[in-house]
Amino acid sequence: MKVVLQNLTKKFPGRGKKSEDVVAVDNFNFEIPDGKLVGLLGPSGCGKSTTLNLLCGLLKPTSGKVFFGEDDVTDLPAENRGVGMVFQNYALYPHLTVRQNIIFPLQNLKGKDKMSKEEMGKKALEVAKLVQIDELMDRKPKELSGGQQQRVAIARALVKRPRVLLLDEPLSNLDARLRLQTREEIRRIQRETGITTVFVTHDQEEAMSISDMIVVMRAGVVQQIGKPQNVYDDPVNLFVAKFLGTPPINVFYGRIKDGGLYIGDGKIADAAGVPDQDVYAAVRPEGFILDDNGPLCCGLSRVEIMGRDISVVSTHDSAENPVIRSIISSESNVNTQSPEVRFSVKPNKLFVFSGQTEDRIRIN
Amino acid sequence: MDNIMDYEKIEKSARIRKKTVKTVTYILLGIWAIMVLFPFYWMILTSVKSYSAYNSEYIPTFFTLSPTIQNYIDAFTSVPLAQYLANTAFFAIATTAIMLAVTILAAFAFARLEFKGKNIAFTLFLSLMMIPNELVVITNFVTITDLDLRNTFTGLILPSVTSVFYIYLLRENFAQIPDELYYAAKVDGTSDLKYLLKVMVPISRPTIITITILKVIECWNSYIWPRLITDDSAYYLVSNGIQEIRENGFGRENIPAMMAAVVVISVPLIVLFLIFRNKIMEGVARGGTKG
Amino acid sequence: MDKRNLKGWLYLLPAFLFLVVFMIYPLIDVFIYSFEEGFNFASQSFFGVGTYNYSYILHDPYFLQAVKNTFILVIITVPLSTGIALLISLGLSSIKALRKLFQTVYFLPYVTNTLAVGLVFMILFKPTEYTDGLVNLIISWFGGSTVDFISGPYWAKMFVLCFYTIWVVMPFKILILTSALASVNQDYYNAAKVDGASTFKTFTKITLPMISPSLFYLIITGFIGAFKAYSDAVALFGTNLNTAEMNTIVGYVYDMLYGSSGGYPSFASAAAIILFAIVLTITCINLMVSKKHVHY
Repeated sequence: MKVVLQNLTKKFPGRGKKSEDVVAVDNFNFEIPDGKLVGLLGPSGCGKSTTLNLLCGLLKPTSGKVFFGEDDVTDLPAENRGVGMVFQNYALYPHLTVRQNIIFPLQNLKGKDKMSKEEMGKKALEVAKLVQIDELMDRKPKELSGGQQQRVAIARALVKRPRVLLLDEPLSNLDARLRLQTREEIRRIQRETGITTVFVTHDQEEAMSISDMIVVMRAGVVQQIGKPQNVYDDPVNLFVAKFLGTPPINVFYGRIKDGGLYIGDGKIADAAGVPDQDVYAAVRPEGFILDDNGPLCCGLSRVEIMGRDISVVSTHDSAENPVIRSIISSESNVNTQSPEVRFSVKPNKLFVFSGQTEDRIRIN
Repeated sequence: MDNIMDYEKIEKSARIRKKTVKTVTYILLGIWAIMVLFPFYWMILTSVKSYSAYNSEYIPTFFTLSPTIQNYIDAFTSVPLAQYLANTAFFAIATTAIMLAVTILAAFAFARLEFKGKNIAFTLFLSLMMIPNELVVITNFVTITDLDLRNTFTGLILPSVTSVFYIYLLRENFAQIPDELYYAAKVDGTSDLKYLLKVMVPISRPTIITITILKVIECWNSYIWPRLITDDSAYYLVSNGIQEIRENGFGRENIPAMMAAVVVISVPLIVLFLIFRNKIMEGVARGGTKG
Repeated sequence: MDKRNLKGWLYLLPAFLFLVVFMIYPLIDVFIYSFEEGFNFASQSFFGVGTYNYSYILHDPYFLQAVKNTFILVIITVPLSTGIALLISLGLSSIKALRKLFQTVYFLPYVTNTLAVGLVFMILFKPTEYTDGLVNLIISWFGGSTVDFISGPYWAKMFVLCFYTIWVVMPFKILILTSALASVNQDYYNAAKVDGASTFKTFTKITLPMISPSLFYLIITGFIGAFKAYSDAVALFGTNLNTAEMNTIVGYVYDMLYGSSGGYPSFASAAAIILFAIVLTITCINLMVSKKHVHY
């Protein structure tokens, strides 16, 4: 089932009499292809959860439309949409057992979809097996670990074969190790069921690792949509560049002058045909090459050896942050005694953004 | 096509249902609001009708065109209403003040001090919370009578002071204050009593205000104990006063004047409630019951 | 070490004095009183020890009338007030506009003097010189026949008493239930909606179980409170409740202690202990039932 968002806008009335409406989602256009896993990504308050609530019908859009396949479901209440949703805190009913929790959505089916008790039991067991909790069916939620609760929540969302599966920060309540494991699990379940899935997260690593596509949002406005690698390799603005990647991208205050990009006094790259202006020059940590004759001269703070790679921590007067973190192969030799270190920059890991609009300036 | 029609139907019925439910909800809530407010309206209305107008009505009227304050004058002159109010105010203030002192000291001992037998004493306190007043009032009546304290404020106040529940409430609040503050104060050479008054009491002010208000309400409305212990109208509280007014006041059954007295009695608490609305409701939700 | 112990008890001393004199001693004493036969108030003497006091009041028609009245009051008002309060709280928590105002209005009866406002109820139901009273006027609008609620037939008086009792206990119940409803995580309702549950099903399967602890708390305190009913009856029917056939068990206790038929602390004690036994039994039954049905 493909999902289409058409000019979707949601405004909330502002607090106080004179304050203006808060635009939580602004003119969102997107077509989610059938069977894909899409990550909605952005810092808190960017409108990603609102978007999710618009999709499941808990909120009504101020304007714009939502389609499931060819059906316009914009005004359809949540209970009739046939979506499955996993809430951030799972919202498992504490007084019901795992089995009763999973069966709950089935009991609400009406008309020709109505099921007998045995059918419900069978379905519940099927989906419990899929998420591997079939041995916990008679426990109550509080007797389960966080990861198990998460699986029950997913099972409950999946049991009625939803047209769309929605996950709201599904991993935020898990510890680091479980998070890694569970995100693979979500990926596997999504592949096996083939249900179009949208999930919301503020953790870019999470989104990058399992999504077919990611949507980066900021203050209600969609910044960029694409395959994770494409967005990482080709960010459209400074915000997206900064938001994706760990360690984060290194941003320098630079300028374009006479067809060259300068950071400090060093000419980092050619920028033929670009008018002179102040810019941000951003370099991915893996974009630095140790080069004794390189144009970028930084003060060396320390070198951290991390097995396969080494991380060179340095400083530069024009850098936005106090430290610059570069990751280079551990086979390189860094003279740790030297007070400074020189780099050249890989062109495909260097992005230039306008100093005014922060939009991307393409220099090659 | 069929499908789309179906959706439109669902959407429409959902919208209509939502509207109906909302309207019905507001109507029901409105009805109960009227049920609550109407007695107050009727009380004020009757209190400004003149005696003759009230008693010559052939159908009860819902408004009056010639309001009078004569009834209020009567309420203060023909019966000692002012005396009742003053008695109640004194009773409420004195009882609450003693209760506060006793409660704060006891809560401090339970929350902060270490001494032998503390746990047993606390358990005993907790179990006393379950004792109904009706059981102990009999002996208290005999005790106060034997001590010749009938028709005195001492007799009224002393048995009304104890409130195990408030000690418990305040202890819970005190116990949440971090130990570090206490140790810091000790290092600075502060005495326990000074620490209690200068640190714990100010920090727990919200709870103390809550129990103060609840106790004042309780005192203002108390009826049974004052009724048992006073038969001299010089010591009547408002509850007994209004009962006395009803049975023997004004020399005749003067309902408008009686309502004026009821208004005068009700106003102080309602004003207190409107000022401390949140505190009172929060305090009651934490465990007050009426009576 | 000794000094520390002393200090702790010193802080507790005032509270302890009050509790021992006015709670613990009376508690023991009331049992003793109840078995002392023929206790004379003036001379503080008694004839013997036995269960005569109990058998006397259990054969006293006034006491039996009071027990009957109390039970009727309990059986009618507790379920009715809890049910209506639940309905109102559900309504309150489903609206946004005017909610604060409604909440404030609904709480007003809590802060009124039971005796004073009881008088207002009395005049609402009571006939005046030339009219049958306001409530009768309304009844006649709907074509009913008028009835004297204050000194008329038993059922009419009982109706007024129940009505006023419900009016008085409502604020507390509404307050507790609205805060219980507010503390249910909104996500549960959202989840139920997404799962396609109907409003009714959401109520029975989610709302009710979630607020069941508060609900049972209200039922238990409701029973206890209703068994102790007294001042509402005084407000409506005056202090001479036996004549009005509207006495309650607590009223009987006080009448025995002091008042027109007063001066018998032994009988009063026996009645109070019977009341306590009834309340204790009902509370235990309540707790047992709630263990079975309250989740968590």
